Amino acid sequence: MLPALLSLALIGLVLALPLLSRQAGRWRKAHEARRAARSGPLDIPLYDPGRERRAEQRARELLRSCVNDEEWGMYRDLGFIRVRGKHSRRGADSERGPAYAYLVYPHKPIVAFVPESGRLLSEYCVEFPDMTGDGGRSRLPASDDVLAKWMALTSDERRVIRRANMHLVGRQLDPARVRRDLWRLAEWERRRGQHPQTAAGHQ
Amino acid sequence: MKPGHGEMLVAEGDPRVAEDEERLVEEFRRQLDEGMWAAVPTTRAGSGRREALMVKDYADIPVEAERVIFFPRASGG
Repeated sequence: MLPALLSLALIGLVLALPLLSRQAGRWRKAHEARRAARSGPLDIPLYDPGRERRAEQRARELLRSCVNDEEWGMYRDLGFIRVRGKHSRRGADSERGPAYAYLVYPHKPIVAFVPESGRLLSEYCVEFPDMTGDGGRSRLPASDDVLAKWMALTSDERRVIRRANMHLVGRQLDPARVRRDLWRLAEWERRRGQHPQTAAGHQ
Repeated sequence: MKPGHGEMLVAEGDPRVAEDEERLVEEFRRQLDEGMWAAVPTTRAGSGRREALMVKDYADIPVEAERVIFFPRASGG
């Protein structure tokens, strides 16, 4: 009697095996789906659309606290800052202001020019890459980029110019646009009651 | 200044307090070791013109400086 019952149980088990296997598969899938639902969305870093805007606001405040009122007004109204070249004229010419100056734009090359004539000299392509090795190609907020260039030029002009890639004006910036900016700068100074330190530029 | 983030406070303290100064020196060195440049915004006496002073050593920071700004080294773009 017992062997017969065992045989029947064995046969039943063999017949039920595909059903059990299918059910185990369903349980496994359901378990994975539950785990994915629990942890999946939280593993993806959430994009914060306000982060860059807030970073730029902080950068503007920092820039404002570092440069003088004229430079801040220039950046606020015109979108760039003029920085005087450090290498001065010789002898009697030294009274006539800087021999050359730079226009500092955010995320664009620095442009050297002659303030007296408005003649464009060269473009200096420079960037401030992430040194932390986090990967990615994120860049400084626009106003931080301007401040970094301003700090580099006013503290160690020779070093930053040596590190930059120099090109004739026109490689990245449209010379007509730069001349228009020089004209805007001269007008801006006139409106502020200042004697323009920059010629409007050759057309 | 950190690309992608902008301005971040790395350390603050009173350099006249020995414990604070030790921490500031350590952070200064760490930033420079990571390849950052350090600059102090200053006002030129006489002309009143604003400019930056690049500092390569903690001892070079002017006593009256309120802050040091670290920014990534310039490279050809």
